[in-house]
Order: sequence, then structure tokens, then C-alpha cells
Amino acid sequence: MKNKLIQISQFTEKISRRKLLGGAATAAVAIVQTANGQTIQKAIPQAALADDDPTKKMGIPPGEIGTRSSFEKLIKDPSATSSRSPLQDIYGTITPSDLHFERNHGGVPAIDPNKHELLIHGLVEKPLIFKVADLKRFPSVSRIAFLECSGNFRSGKEALRPQDICGLTSQSEWTGVKLSTIFREAGVKPNATWFLAEGGDATVMTRSIPVKKGWDDAILAYAQNGEALRPEQGYPVRLFLPGWEGNTSVKWLRRLELSDQPFMTREETSKYTEGVNGKVRQFSFDMDARSIITYPSYPQHVEKGWIEIRGIAWSGRGKVVKVEVSTDAGKSWHSANLQDPILDKAHTVFRHLWQWKGEETEILSRVTDETGYVQPTLKQLVEARGETVGYHFNPITAWQIKRDGSVLFKPETFR
Amino acid sequence: MQKPIGITSKLLFQLPILISVLGVFYEKNSGTGSDTPPLSASFFQQSLPPVSGFNSFSDTTLLPSSFGFGRPATQAEIDKLDIDVRPDGKGLPTGSGISSRGKLIFDAKCVACHGAGGIGGPNGSLVTTTADAKEKRPEKTIGNYWPYATTVFDYIRRAMPFNAPGSLTNEEVYHLTAYLLNANKLIDEKTVIDAKSLPKVVMPAQKLFIPDDRKGGPEVK
Ligand code: HEC
Repeated sequence: MKNKLIQISQFTEKISRRKLLGGAATAAVAIVQTANGQTIQKAIPQAALADDDPTKKMGIPPGEIGTRSSFEKLIKDPSATSSRSPLQDIYGTITPSDLHFERNHGGVPAIDPNKHELLIHGLVEKPLIFKVADLKRFPSVSRIAFLECSGNFRSGKEALRPQDICGLTSQSEWTGVKLSTIFREAGVKPNATWFLAEGGDATVMTRSIPVKKGWDDAILAYAQNGEALRPEQGYPVRLFLPGWEGNTSVKWLRRLELSDQPFMTREETSKYTEGVNGKVRQFSFDMDARSIITYPSYPQHVEKGWIEIRGIAWSGRGKVVKVEVSTDAGKSWHSANLQDPILDKAHTVFRHLWQWKGEETEILSRVTDETGYVQPTLKQLVEARGETVGYHFNPITAWQIKRDGSVLFKPETFR
Repeated sequence: MQKPIGITSKLLFQLPILISVLGVFYEKNSGTGSDTPPLSASFFQQSLPPVSGFNSFSDTTLLPSSFGFGRPATQAEIDKLDIDVRPDGKGLPTGSGISSRGKLIFDAKCVACHGAGGIGGPNGSLVTTTADAKEKRPEKTIGNYWPYATTVFDYIRRAMPFNAPGSLTNEEVYHLTAYLLNANKLIDEKTVIDAKSLPKVVMPAQKLFIPDDRKGGPEVK
């Protein structure tokens, strides 16, 4: 069968069909059309990429889908239970959809959108079933907001990137129907105080959510960054709760049940609860304000001279009002510039110009949100909670700048 | 070539009307950021029943009280999906279980991942042990951390065994629940677990649970 090459991300004359199908290390992906008109992806080996002058060759023709330059190595670095956004490699505030962090409890289900249905029942006037197509007919809404897992803090060694420390946060423009619209359609009864959100994955994930959040700003999202949700993000429909711990934004949503009490599911009792001074704190929905410098950070190197310190800051309780940066290990703080637009419950970019003269130092950032909450140190968090581990850890992150220009995370330890 | 001109002149004629309508829209919209839900929460906390016809809300749109999208769910359709179990026992099916039967199922279907007797498996202990309490902080288990016994039934039925979710019968789940509660010394080996007895099992950790009291502001909690 003859394949017709219709697009490759790096194009040189040296690519032959044999090379395309060869077993060498993959350097890029090409879109090719088979003899029977099917469009498929083929790997291009490293050897096929040349450093020829691109102004002396015809470029590649327009393709069916865009590609990422094979020179850009953006990976989420998966573990058995999650994979983390490469925060140190992302510009601006929108996370490319394929780099959005993932956390699931039973794998990503394959769901046919034409078969998928969402049931709303319990304390409602009219129990209803919606097809995905039905949901899309309702008035729609779009919103840019972050989504963060509440188990988003790692420490313990110097060789950690922003991705490793807190890569379980990402940002997208979510589009869908307001849950309040669906509540009205089903006629939620006045005595309904909680609702159960249930996913259609292998764990049939469940969380209890106060009905008030449903009326306030919850979205049944079917799109992300201009296209249908990615399977990893809940295709074909997920709950999206702005500012709340990621697990509550139940993916692959199949059922909503209105009730007058919480259901006490495993994910809100055994998990996603945290020890606080001998007690167990439950239903800690809001994500506290947090910031992290993403440049410079490990494993980058810096040179003497001007450095634009960059990072992101966010709060689950509203807007970021201030980010301060310290370049002398926390002795003095400077107000960083905030990039517009500063959105509610959204990653906000901050920048601070700094002239590094080659001395050994530490750089830090701390955010203040519109409630007046100031991002705490790890010591403050540990003292306030009497715990060194748990969910909802959002400490100030410090980077050590070494004389040779290397940048290392500063792990802090207690006990 | 007459038609386009016709349309244009008609549009021109309508422009002032269009502008005035848009003007109203913009005025009503100003101050409503993307973050402010047009349907205010307080309004719905009172849950006023939607009057027939049109309701007008704080934004510019007139929403019908019902769009008529989707279809009514039948009781059979609801029953098929409604598998949750609440702490008061609502949702528990008929059937019952005892610890000795549960042990047999556990040894066959769970032990590889959760360890002999539910202790020390690769996917976490389910049973409290005091054996290594001095060396490290004890693992969180059903016995020392779970606040409601009903969650044991609900979670096993929806998610376990991890590699074959949804494969257990209600009867098997009752037996396993009885076994894990007994292994955690929360019930004795003779206790029959069913829809009546399960919600009554006293879980020691329940008194530890407190609702979130973080409210933002300067205090670190
Ligand atoms: C293939 C491995 C595997 C098998 C077999 C298995 N489990 Fe699990 N189990 C897991 C994993 C993994 C988790 C954690 C899942 C998560 O966190 O989302 C878990 C979690 C649990 C939990 C919750 C623990 C907690 O503290 O939150 C219970 C209860 C449980 N399993 C019971 C069972 C029972 C009963 C069986 C037998 C019917 C069983 N499991 C079989 C892998 C397994």
C-alpha cells in the first residue's frame, strides 16, 4: 500500500519512505495519507531531520492538524496515579490541553458521546436525562479558571522542578452550561442542600457538593480551550467547580443526585481530608492562594546580569491582588508586575526584573489574594495545623541560586 | 444588484433601533464580570418557583422557565444508576453478610493487593494494626480513619476489586464489609451486616471529623 505524505513537522529531502517506516529513534510525527485515503500518523526518525537551510527548500503544505515542533520536549511525566503539567515550560496562563495535569482513580474511560447520558434526580421536581447534544442546546458559558488537585505539594530533595513540586495545577478556558440552568430545568427543591456528582469511570467516582456551589458558579463543561474535552479531562462532560479542589470537578459525569445531606463517599472521608491539630478537616473545598516562580527554577541555569523572574499566582477565593518577590532569601520583598487580565480564580502571571551579580542567594514569591490571605511559609502551615503532611499545602517556594548559576529547589524539613 | 442595496438601506434604517437596544444591553451588562453568575445565589437559595412564561434575571437574558431539553427519567432508569449509600443507610440493598464468608472472598479476590488479613499489601492496608506503631505513623485504615461504616459498602461495590470493578454481587459486598469491620474490631464475628445493622456500626474516627473552617483573610489555617 502506498502512503502519500501530507504533512511532517520537520521536512527535508532526505526523508524517504523507508526512513519513515524505519525503526530509528522517533524525532517527529508526520501525517500521511494511505492509498485508501485514510489519514494516519507516522513517526519520523531522528536521522531524517537535517540542519539544511529552510529558505532553500519548499516547506510542508498545510495540514489537517497542527503539530508541536519536534525541538520542543513538553511532557507531563506520568506516575501510576497522576501526570503533572510542565509549569517551567509553559508561557502565559493557558495550559495546552494535552499538557493539562491528570489525576484519575481508575484510568481514563473510553466513552461514546452519542451513548453517554447525564441523569439528574433526587430532590427535584422533574428527574431528567440529558444526552450530551441536549446539554449543548442550553445557553452556554465560557470561563478561564485554574484547576488544581489538593494533593499538590512535593518536597524532600533539591532536584525538583516546578512540575514536580506543584504540577497538579493547570488552566483552561472551559465551556459548557451553567449547572444553575440545569437545576432550574429539573426544578431543584428548596430542601436540597447537597448533591452527589458521579462519574462514569471504573471507580464510579463520587463527591458530595453543597447545592449553593451549584447555583453560584458550577459549570457542566463539555469543551476546553476551544475543542471538546480531552478524554483525560472528562470527555464528553465533566463538572467544573471554579476555585475548588480538583477532585470535586468530577469527570465523565453521568449522574447528579440532589439530597438533604452529604453522602460521605470514600473520596470525602478516607481521602481528600486532612489532619489538623488532632482532628480531621473535611469538605475543605477552597484552594488557598499560592504562587511559584517558574523562571528561573530547577533545572535551569542563569547568567550574571538582568533576569526576568517569572511565575504564576492564583487563589481559589478570588483574584490575585499582589505578588511579592524576594531576591535575598526573604529579607526584603518587592511588588512584582501582574499581567492583565487578572481573572477571578485563575492563574495570573507575575514578573520581576532582577540584576544578578553572581552572589549565592535564594529567590521566593508570595501572593496575596483579595480576601487578604497571604501565602504562608511551610513553617506557618505546619504550626497552624500541627501536621507536616496532608492535602492543601500551599507554601512559599524558595529557589537557591548557586554561584555557578545553577538553580535548585530549597526543601524544608520538619522533625 | 438591487437586492443588496435593499438590504443595506433597510439595515441603515434599523440601525438606530439596533443601537438603542444594544445600549440597554451594555448598560445592564456593565459590572457583571465573567466571575459573577447572572443567576444570583441568594435568589435561588430562596428557591422561588419559576413562574410560567419568562423570568427576567439580573443579566440581559430572558430565560424561559423550562427549555424542554432532555427527557423525563423513569424510575427504572433511575434505579439502574442510583447505587449510592448514605450514612443513614438509604440506598442499601436487600441481603446480608457475615465475617467468616467475607474472609473467603477477601482471600480469593483482595489479598493480592491489600495483604493477608487486610494488612500491608502493595495497595495499602485496610485493617488497623499496632505492630509497627512505634516505628512510624500508623497507616490510615477503615478502623482508625473512616467515619462511616456505610462508606465501606458503597466504595467496595462501586470500585473494587480494582482490576474487576463492578463484578461483585450485593451479597458478596455485604460479606466483605462484615469481614473488614470485624478485622478492624468494630463488630464481633457473629454480627450480621445488613441494611439495618450497617448504619449503626460505631466508627471511632467519626468524632474526629470537623467541617472546613478556612474562610480566607489573613489567618493561616
Ligand atoms: C489489583 C489490585 C487490587 C485488588 C485486587 C483490590 N484492590 Fe482495593 N484498592 C486497590 C487500589 C489501587 C486502591 C486505591 C484506589 C484509589 O486510591 O483510588 C484500593 C482501595 C481500596 C479500599 C479503600 C482504602 C482506603 O483506605 O481508602 C478498599 C476498602 C478496598 N480497596 C477494598 C478492596 C476489596 C474488598 C477488594 C476485594 C474484593 C479489593 N479491594 C481488591 C487495589 C486493589
